[in-house]
Amino acid sequence: MKNRNHVGSRKAIKYRLFLYVLPCIAIVFIFSYLPLWGWSFAFFRYKPGKSVWDCAFVGWSNFKDLFGNAVLRRNLLRVLRNTFGIHFLGYVFSPLPMLFAVLLCEVRSKKFQKIVQTVTTLPNFISWVIMFSLSVTIFGANGLVNTALQEIGAGTINILNTDKHVWLTQVLLQQWKSLGWSAIIYFAAIAGLDQELYEAAMVDGAGRWSRIWYITIPQLIPTYFVLLIMSIGNFLNTGVDQYLAFGNAMNMDHIEVLDLYVYNLGIGSGQISYSVAAGMMKSLVAIVLFAGANFVSKKVRGTSVF
Amino acid sequence: MAKEKKYKVKRKKMTGGDFAFHIGAYFIFGLILIICAYPFYYLMICTISDNRMVDLGQIRLLPSGIHFDNYVKVMKVQNLTNSFRISVLRTVIGTGLSLIVTSYMAYFFTKEEMWARKFWYRLVVVTMYFSAGMIPAYLNNRMLGLNNTFWIYIVPSLISVYNMILVKTSIESMPPDLEESAYLDGAGFFTRFVRIVLPLQKPILATVGLFSAVGHWNDFFTTQLYVTNPRLYTLQFQLYELLNQIRAASEQITTEDPYAKLTPTGIRLTLTAVVVIPIMLVYPFIQKYYVKGVMIGAVKG
Repeated sequence: MKNRNHVGSRKAIKYRLFLYVLPCIAIVFIFSYLPLWGWSFAFFRYKPGKSVWDCAFVGWSNFKDLFGNAVLRRNLLRVLRNTFGIHFLGYVFSPLPMLFAVLLCEVRSKKFQKIVQTVTTLPNFISWVIMFSLSVTIFGANGLVNTALQEIGAGTINILNTDKHVWLTQVLLQQWKSLGWSAIIYFAAIAGLDQELYEAAMVDGAGRWSRIWYITIPQLIPTYFVLLIMSIGNFLNTGVDQYLAFGNAMNMDHIEVLDLYVYNLGIGSGQISYSVAAGMMKSLVAIVLFAGANFVSKKVRGTSVF
Repeated sequence: MAKEKKYKVKRKKMTGGDFAFHIGAYFIFGLILIICAYPFYYLMICTISDNRMVDLGQIRLLPSGIHFDNYVKVMKVQNLTNSFRISVLRTVIGTGLSLIVTSYMAYFFTKEEMWARKFWYRLVVVTMYFSAGMIPAYLNNRMLGLNNTFWIYIVPSLISVYNMILVKTSIESMPPDLEESAYLDGAGFFTRFVRIVLPLQKPILATVGLFSAVGHWNDFFTTQLYVTNPRLYTLQFQLYELLNQIRAASEQITTEDPYAKLTPTGIRLTLTAVVVIPIMLVYPFIQKYYVKGVMIGAVKG
């Protein structure tokens, strides 16, 4: 259509456009696809400081060790348990942003809505290092909570340096950080709902709770499910920031997730080959999970992510 | 019409149930507000209060013995001012370059005439969900000679696929006539991109810029993984290191020379505040933009 005046040069434009975007594709290739050569380390017994070609080729034995060697297997199962545990505990809280948005939209004062939104979104923008620093300030040995407890003679509580309730603590911290941010999408969805439905319901005498329960929530459920499915599809990719910041010798048993394990194994203890093998399996499982989630989400809402 | 008026009148009157609901709602949201805001407030009042009182936990609601020595002294610690510079530089340069490259790429990916566009686009989008992993990335960046240079902060994060999708979706929602008429006036792709498209995409560019800037400012892991030269440490990393020292000595660190006269808690809190304040100052202004960004992002996964 656009090139109707230049029918002859249409083909040229086709390739010229590609040429323009090629540098960007090259950057993506260099930083996202080129690192794949590093996977070859998983098939060698790599010793730091040597070239990979000077190391012994061991085939699949690193992968077999991850499952076969008693210590490595125990660690792998432990970090998988933690990854699953923290995620599934997170799902328990997953309806919270929706409820938060629904309730806040029922409040009449727009100004109050705005203030709550602004303040609750702020924690989303701070790093996990800051989160840790704030947590130490509030829950640390000389922190706010403990000094207050001591004052009333109730002893002290130790939240950060303990192996108890680690998953719950981490999930609650995630909730504090992300609640307001996750609610934004529901605010936008609620703003787009058809007002006539509400008016009709009010004529029929529906009260506040029945309007929420029978009109608002059912229309938000598809959004909720799509977000849930996508988060399931993405759940191996936890990142390390939070767990690196909050991890310590006391809670490592329950806080070490797969990503942190890969990091500790490779950078911490120099087991490059095992670390790459574990990371490689993670990447492959993650892409399968993602494809599955994408497929389900396509069924739910009719369009895929691509 | 008559009916409509009737509900409007009804809506404005608060029934008993309405009243109870609002009391409950204000209570819950008031509580949430306090839980979200108080830690930041507490942090701020601690940094300007008497350091000894802070250590004893005597500061709760109001600052006491107000002074700004903590800030003055933290700024005098040599390596911290340098880190502050590195953090600012990487945030400004990284965000600026990333915005240019990302929006450029997004614009050309909206052109359906492009050769094998779908294929290339998918190749790019897949990288959001699939990565070779941490160690391969490390080896790759080492091979490229980026490790332990300032550019490790900038180059690998030049293209954010997520942001690219946001910008692309936003450009696609623009009326095509605008570009069409510029095209008929003889404007090429680049002229149209710079003169027509970019000026109309300010809201989404503000959103994407915020995401990118916050990502740069908050990142400490890149330093942890790739950088050993203290001249290149970022502020976040310095804070992380400081927290690690405290952790190692279970909150009993002895003050070292550069920090003399400052309590460990004082340094940590002040450094935390220095890192948080810029974010608190910037983000409320961009708030009205990012709602849109989140919507597009959610639709696209």
